[in-house]
Amino acid sequence: MKMSQNTPDKDEDQTSTSQKTISLPISRVRLIMKSSPDVNCINQDALFLTTKATELFVQHLAVSSYNNRAKQETKSLSYSDLANTAEENDTFQFLTDILPKKILAGDYLKSLEQLQEDDADF
Amino acid sequence: MAERPEDLNLPNAVITRIIKEALPDGVNVSKEARRAISQAASVFVLYATSCANNFAMKAKRKTLNAGDVLSAMEEMEFERFLEPLREALEVYKKGQKGKKEVSEQKRKDKEKKTDSENDKSREEEDEEEERMDEEPEAENEAEEEDVEN
Repeated sequence: MKMSQNTPDKDEDQTSTSQKTISLPISRVRLIMKSSPDVNCINQDALFLTTKATELFVQHLAVSSYNNRAKQETKSLSYSDLANTAEENDTFQFLTDILPKKILAGDYLKSLEQLQEDDADF
Repeated sequence: MAERPEDLNLPNAVITRIIKEALPDGVNVSKEARRAISQAASVFVLYATSCANNFAMKAKRKTLNAGDVLSAMEEMEFERFLEPLREALEVYKKGQKGKKEVSEQKRKDKEKKTDSENDKSREEEDEEEERMDEEPEAENEAEEEDVEN
């Protein structure tokens, strides 16, 4: 299966040779890495390792969240399982900003009211 | 540089496949969960890059290398990835080397082909002279062509 289309640079070659070991497109991972302002150059091995690590990370996050799911009786993985895992597992702490826990608007308003009442006490 | 914000996303189809392969058969992953994992993966790349870059800067290097990425994994407490990463890198390097050898071989084959084509035209001349009793050799030639293609 060909993964990288529209990439006229040399990366396309590398993506196709490493099909057996990685499935994410190296060119896209490089684009994300290069969007980081301090990064100058990335050698081919570092690029490959980051791509592979990202795949391992996706597997690890999915499996951890699934094992930690709220509804153990169902065979499904939901957003809240991910948000819970991000919050409870130390290595996933960096994800809490993009995996915020969802709360009901009503609960949020209540907690806001609670805060205001607490403030009023002072 | 990324021109559109969606350039910083990883392809959903590939992410979905990796998730499916990691989980037991028949697990349903909600669309929202898939999107969240994909975004988490992009953030992971940025986080790993920034950690690796710190190691490169400390060593006063401008180019990120494999060691920087492995050190970053340790710092991020993803030591569990180190062993599979080293193994994958080994395979990858072998593949790169193998690829070089393959292209080298192809080049040689090409040279050989042009040589044998010259031979063939000579043979054809011979054939015309004694066409009647040439059958076994003609067969050989057909086989040769198959191999080349």
